[in-house]
Amino acid sequence: MIEFLLQPWPWYFSGPMIAFVLFLLLWTGKSFGMSSNLRTLCAAMGAGKNLSFFQFDWKAQRWNLVVAAGAVLGGFIAANFLSASTAVAISPATIVQLNEMGILDAGQSYMPEKLFGLNAFGSVKSIFLLSLGGFFVGFGARYAGGCTSGHAISGLSNFQLPSLIAVIGFFVGGLIVNHFILPILL
Amino acid sequence: MRTLLYFSIGILFGITMFKSEAASWFRIYEMFQFNAFHMYGIIGSALFCGAIITFLLKKFKVNSVVDGEPIVIPNKESGWKRYLFGGIFFGFGWAISGACPGPMFTVLGAGFLPIVVVIAAATLGTFCYGLLQKRLPH
Repeated sequence: MIEFLLQPWPWYFSGPMIAFVLFLLLWTGKSFGMSSNLRTLCAAMGAGKNLSFFQFDWKAQRWNLVVAAGAVLGGFIAANFLSASTAVAISPATIVQLNEMGILDAGQSYMPEKLFGLNAFGSVKSIFLLSLGGFFVGFGARYAGGCTSGHAISGLSNFQLPSLIAVIGFFVGGLIVNHFILPILL
Repeated sequence: MRTLLYFSIGILFGITMFKSEAASWFRIYEMFQFNAFHMYGIIGSALFCGAIITFLLKKFKVNSVVDGEPIVIPNKESGWKRYLFGGIFFGFGWAISGACPGPMFTVLGAGFLPIVVVIAAATLGTFCYGLLQKRLPH
């Protein structure tokens, strides 16, 4: 069992575990939607003074910030105590592709050093990419009314057509950038 | 007590995101290249189980274990523009940063500090949506 948990989790264990998290949140009377936290953060920082979108009882959403804080600790625990190795065994084809694009640690690490290593802080290009990506994620998630957890998991599990449209959008946007823009940007 | 409950759920979520490798930029890149089944297997099996869970909770009108109130799983507002356009923007960002709003926090805990740039920019993006909300098609 421990040996199993220390390896990267296979999809058929990971997926049901995500569904279990969904179950725990629904069963405790809440919902599974992580991007709402970004709106809560904006409201907590006072964005509601001028913008009606942020005028809501953000303190009622503190439980979700607590979930996010737990996710931080969960990441720390998993990376430091629950992993024999953190290299991600992506497919050989992907490794070759990424190597050609200058991502040389593909298949050997958890995240590309170029974007997520400490040196990224000193690279204008890396900071630009991280900012651009983050901005679109935050903007798009709120525009679409949810992200992967809210739409792709919670919404589709509840057979919501809007969520299906949103998930199609996720992939339309993602495929365009992955195939046509990333090769230029990276 | 409740704080501890949600914190624990968050820890489980964070561990799952890291160990499933759904928090890895590489896995997201690979997913959009259709080079592996991994991410589709995760999302598909999560959905399969999630749909059963959601169905059962609704069918048996289960009450919240915390306060005994009925569990409400609201329907999404109808429409398509905001979902499609917003979704496409989200996809742009997902493909570049390799991070969705949940795994972002996991990645931070795992020690990849430049993710703070992504989190800050995502918060700014959320703020800009609030700024432009009334002018965007929904």
